[in-house]
Amino acid sequence: MTTLTEELDQITAKVQQEQQAAGDRINVCVAAGCLSLHSDAVQRALEEEAKKTGARCAVRGVGCMGLCSAGPVVSHESAASNSDEQAARLYGGVQSEHAPQLIASLQGEPVTKLAISRQLPFFTRQTKVVLENSGRINPESIDEYIATGGYRALMHALNEMTPAEVVQEISASGLRGRGGAGYPTGLKWATVARVAGAPKYVICNADEGDPGAFMDRSVLEGDPHRVLEGMILAAYAVGASQGYIYLRAEYPLAVKRLGIAIREAKRMGLLGNDIGGTRMSLNLEIRLGAGAFVCGEETALIASIEGHRGTPHPRPPYPAESGLWGSPTLINNVETYANVPPILQRGSAWYAALGTAKSKGTKVFALSGKVRHTGLIEVPMGMTLREIIFDIGGGVAEGHTFKAVQTGGPSGGCIPESLLDIPVDYDSLTQAGSIMGSGGMIVMDDSSCMVNVARFFMEFCMSESCGKCIPCRAGTAQMYGLLTRITEGTATHRELDLLIRLCEMVGATSLCGLGQTAPNPVLSTLRYFKHEYLAHIEDKHCPAGVCDCAASIAEVAR
Amino acid sequence: MSATPAVKTFVIDGVDASARPEQTILAAAREHNIFIPTLCHLDGLSDVGACRLCLVEVKGARRLLPACTTRVEEGMEVTCNSPRIAAYRQMTLQLLFAERNHVCSVCVANRHCELQALATSLGMTHVEIPYRFPSLTVDASHERFTLDHNRCILCTRCIRVCSEIEGAHTWDLMGRGIQSRVITDLDQPWGESDTCTSCGKCVQVCPTGALFQKNRTGGQGCKDPSFLPYLRTMREEP
Repeated sequence: MTTLTEELDQITAKVQQEQQAAGDRINVCVAAGCLSLHSDAVQRALEEEAKKTGARCAVRGVGCMGLCSAGPVVSHESAASNSDEQAARLYGGVQSEHAPQLIASLQGEPVTKLAISRQLPFFTRQTKVVLENSGRINPESIDEYIATGGYRALMHALNEMTPAEVVQEISASGLRGRGGAGYPTGLKWATVARVAGAPKYVICNADEGDPGAFMDRSVLEGDPHRVLEGMILAAYAVGASQGYIYLRAEYPLAVKRLGIAIREAKRMGLLGNDIGGTRMSLNLEIRLGAGAFVCGEETALIASIEGHRGTPHPRPPYPAESGLWGSPTLINNVETYANVPPILQRGSAWYAALGTAKSKGTKVFALSGKVRHTGLIEVPMGMTLREIIFDIGGGVAEGHTFKAVQTGGPSGGCIPESLLDIPVDYDSLTQAGSIMGSGGMIVMDDSSCMVNVARFFMEFCMSESCGKCIPCRAGTAQMYGLLTRITEGTATHRELDLLIRLCEMVGATSLCGLGQTAPNPVLSTLRYFKHEYLAHIEDKHCPAGVCDCAASIAEVAR
Repeated sequence: MSATPAVKTFVIDGVDASARPEQTILAAAREHNIFIPTLCHLDGLSDVGACRLCLVEVKGARRLLPACTTRVEEGMEVTCNSPRIAAYRQMTLQLLFAERNHVCSVCVANRHCELQALATSLGMTHVEIPYRFPSLTVDASHERFTLDHNRCILCTRCIRVCSEIEGAHTWDLMGRGIQSRVITDLDQPWGESDTCTSCGKCVQVCPTGALFQKNRTGGQGCKDPSFLPYLRTMREEP
């Protein structure tokens, strides 16, 4: 009887053989970004063309390749180049009518008018760990994940390591939570492992909701098995037998692919009872979130899984002690779990060598806003904001100047030009008045009004507040009202003073992270762009020309 | 045979104090005659830590902690009244007064209202936060009681007493954030509710004039939630 490890090796050999036989690989991005530009039609056109001409190639739908602004993106890996990503040709803006040209070019020169240079800093400056498979494997095939070395870390841990050793390895890697707060992952695992009580639960927080953030979606759409493997490893480490993935229903493609991944993993015996012939059992289920931002907060998320209204409750007790149905619960973010298999496969020392002293590894960012190359990037911790925005992102459009970059979504802040040389790690960003957050990065140029930006985020917090505690429920509504008055040019210094005091009070007294961090966009813009606030208040003028202060001018004239 | 529970000793507002295991800061403070304001807390109901009026400073804690849900720990140093906390409490009350339409002079609960009493005892002399003046409805469809959303502070006492004590779960919340409001059943008029037993517990626990008995006019809406701890004690397993 073959063991599961041997079976994985057989599958790997089979996939490699098939790929050799099929010839060149044409990868079409069918993640949400490119799919919205009808990349599925491009994929069909390429498949038909390949069939018609009898070209020796396999057309596959894959996950995000990163450069979303150039979508739909298609890559061509020649059979000869084996698995060297840099050697693959990359095309952007591909439409169905380009299919004949692309198929015809397989053996010859690349199609120049669609080609994207692999030498762009956008590609060369990145370090891919979490996204190493994204855009290179078919996310709906477990075999292709296995062929990249997938589930080997799990088999190794189950057969050769004790749960305590797995926790030790994660602690030694220095991995910190990728959901935003940066809590040491090893410490969290060790706490849940130590707490007595059964059953224990593992939860994956996939309720990504920050405006402009799509890291977790891309990981789940591009490489779902990596997240599953990380969760199974976590369950082994802490002794959990049941797990939930709390995924927002607004990500239907991720729901579908994750569902397929769970089914396939079960079929292979990698989920369910007696995983890989060991005594380890784990049952995983998807729970769909119904579009409430606050359900990304861990206690609210747990309440929602339990079937209650998704509202947070005071901590302590922390979920590690008393979480889902009062049991010890480990809850981590998608990207955190996605980091686990490579750490166990390549060792904590390898991982700890990436990044800075206090922030290890890489971080995935969703780069968006007023920047040339928008999309999904992964960089080592410690890279400066300037490198990310100007080298990888290509800077702002011509004729405009950079003004600020917003990190951390509605919980984060805006960082001005003068601080662009700070390294991107948890502590530096916090010092600058923002946070690492889950990885949203919105670039703003001189056409953005910072008061209006603060107002936008406050409106978001106001409508996403659950309403349970007074400071967040009534405070965000009041702050939004005051910010609106400033943008309308009807506010005085009295309103600004009240706004500042409300910011302080709401931050200090709110029940959960949503309210506690809701004032951050206001506080950080006040710190670096106070002159814009004053221009609205004193001169009834919006320096960026965004806000309409005409209302107050009409009033004065009257 | 259970082991004798260890008594926790701690310091509250500079006074040496003791607490039973699992006792909250709020319960221990009240036993030592130290006042901590509350609105969502009510003896006999579960605690939700929502009104944030009972926030206290605990030495070594990164954030302010709600006294109603935080358990006393050995050696804890608690400050219940500092200028910073006092300022926050005033602002919390102001936010409530500005959130909906609280007009004491014409309110049925005038002089029997916990919100009004707290505003007086905490010295809230004026409201500097802009009034929102939302347009809200009154539900007088029930035979004996009336619900006035204008006076509701969303403390959720009615929801908890109905679910935890009466077992009817007629009340719940709908909407979120500033749009939240209490509803009966699936947002039907109270008078058409299939689950309401007309027991009136919700009216008695309501801290303001949001829930009141019919045929009461300005200032006549007395509340008496003191039955709750007795009910709890009676129902406890021996």
